[in-house]
Amino acid sequence: MADQTIIRFENVTKQYDQDPAVLNDVSFSIERGRFYTLLGPSGCGKTTILRLIAGFTEPTKGKIYFHGKVINDVPANKRQVNTVFQDYALFPHLNVFENVAFGLRIKGCKNDEINRKVLEALRFVNLVGYENREIKEMSGGQRQRVAIARAIVNEPEVILLDEPLSALDLKLRTEMQYELRELQRRLGITFVFVTHDQEEALAMSDEIFVLNEGNIQQSGTPTDIYDEPINRFVADFIGESNIVPGVMKEDYLVQCAGKNFDCVDGGFNSNEQVEIVIRPEDLQITSPDQGKLRIKVDSQLFRGVHYEICGYDQDGNEWLVHSTKKAKVGEEIGLYFDSEAIHVMRLGETEEEFDKRLEAYSEANHAD
Amino acid sequence: MQIRTRNLYLIPYLTWILLFVVAPILLIVYYSFFNVDGHFTLGNYQKFFTPVYLKMTLSSFWYALLITGISLLIAYPTAYWLTKTKHKQLWLLLIILPSWINLLLKAYAFLGIFGTYGPTNKLLESLGIGTQQILFTDFSFLFVSVYIFIPFMILPIYNALEEMNHSLLDAANDLGASQWTTFRRIIFPLTLDGVKSGCQAVFIPALSLFMITRLVAGNRVITLGTAIEQHFLVTQDWGMGATIAVFLIIAMAFIMMLTRKRK
Repeated sequence: MADQTIIRFENVTKQYDQDPAVLNDVSFSIERGRFYTLLGPSGCGKTTILRLIAGFTEPTKGKIYFHGKVINDVPANKRQVNTVFQDYALFPHLNVFENVAFGLRIKGCKNDEINRKVLEALRFVNLVGYENREIKEMSGGQRQRVAIARAIVNEPEVILLDEPLSALDLKLRTEMQYELRELQRRLGITFVFVTHDQEEALAMSDEIFVLNEGNIQQSGTPTDIYDEPINRFVADFIGESNIVPGVMKEDYLVQCAGKNFDCVDGGFNSNEQVEIVIRPEDLQITSPDQGKLRIKVDSQLFRGVHYEICGYDQDGNEWLVHSTKKAKVGEEIGLYFDSEAIHVMRLGETEEEFDKRLEAYSEANHAD
Repeated sequence: MQIRTRNLYLIPYLTWILLFVVAPILLIVYYSFFNVDGHFTLGNYQKFFTPVYLKMTLSSFWYALLITGISLLIAYPTAYWLTKTKHKQLWLLLIILPSWINLLLKAYAFLGIFGTYGPTNKLLESLGIGTQQILFTDFSFLFVSVYIFIPFMILPIYNALEEMNHSLLDAANDLGASQWTTFRRIIFPLTLDGVKSGCQAVFIPALSLFMITRLVAGNRVITLGTAIEQHFLVTQDWGMGATIAVFLIIAMAFIMMLTRKRK
């Protein structure tokens, strides 16, 4: 596994002047052939990581390795990574062919080799026949493809994509998500994708890094992150969620909203204050007597695929429910959920501690 | 109806153009067909193609070219530096400021600065080089001309550089281009329109300079501008002066076409 690592960040900090650090002591590694997403709100440091990998900026502290060699001082033009920019940054005075050929010309490739590779790259992004078009004659989606072709034609080990879909309309964006994922599989190149759109991240990635305020909050597969968010920020940022305070009575038993519930989490101190997460789609509407919880419906929105129902229990906790069943505003309804639907979060737990605890109690489980 | 009222607004400017642009040009063309005695002739045009005038034309172009070239060499790096600096507006103001001062005043100021007893010669003396003849040389002519024209070169180039999307530089860098390659393949081609406007704004007026040639160069540098002035004011040969002016206008139109912006 170790030789699969292409890029490694070791305690990297980036700070401008005396401002608070944009990136704070971040460590992670990126392996060959996978699709990574850096996800976070604006100003979380995700673009800074991209710029550090590309070589547009240098870390204040820490080391960046590329195939085991420190590349802190290697300028951008000497790195084997290519970037797809947010605004595409296509050269307006060159046509599509010359834009894609730019990197190859700089390398001093022969003309017939350039011809062959550029056409191949354009075929990859479905733009054959557009070689002689000017950039201003291309639509947003087409420019996007030119930008991708310009990056892949150089056969880099890593392609960095800086929110490349944000300028496209919703339909095109969804289409491009499929295409990008497909392209990455076919090429087998590592993609590092930056976005603030959690749906995009969940749909496309092999692995997601959730960032906030210059720190990696959690990393893992989309399902890991969605099902087992490590803290309130991640739970809130990835999808919608009900987060309510609770008390861990003992392992696999949590108290919240005045009731005890079975759950599948363990490794806590008894009577530890925790937060529990239940996703809105895991709540089912039943009659008030059959439900594990009883809420009064406060508002309801029709979202197309489901109704979004918002209500309060008697303790005043807000509950969000996604259901295909309709409810009536003002009515009392019961909510039923499986014990697996509850995810318990320890307050202030780091990712490392979380992983350790997870390992410890699942081992204990197996021993039973 | 609406179009008609809109056309009414054009009347003041059209009158202006008719009276002070079109009419003078026609007058110049008209005068160019008369000799000193007021008889119709084509002789002026014949005379223009004699070595004296051709040499003068050549020297005009040569000096204008030198002035434009030197201005460009100084202005491009300056404009580039300007886009990077913190107090852009202040520096820009300082660069534009001299162009608000009357040309004649500036020329007279240089007479003092470069004069035999001026500060430049004082400095040269104190450095042990001794007093030099600076005024009335090619050097002083070029120096003062470049000084006067340089804001007109800096501004369009600065604007072009400012308009350029800076992520293009990152992109070029990302694709393996060194700084020099980035300049050659991206920055310069994208600011070419600015360079062209700058060259236009310098080259065309530089072709017909006469005041600086007379004051600073002491009429050692004879250009088409000085020739026109001489014919109109000294020899009173309006016909010949007008003929030279016709060629100057043709040359200007030609340069305008040459430096036309691509669409």
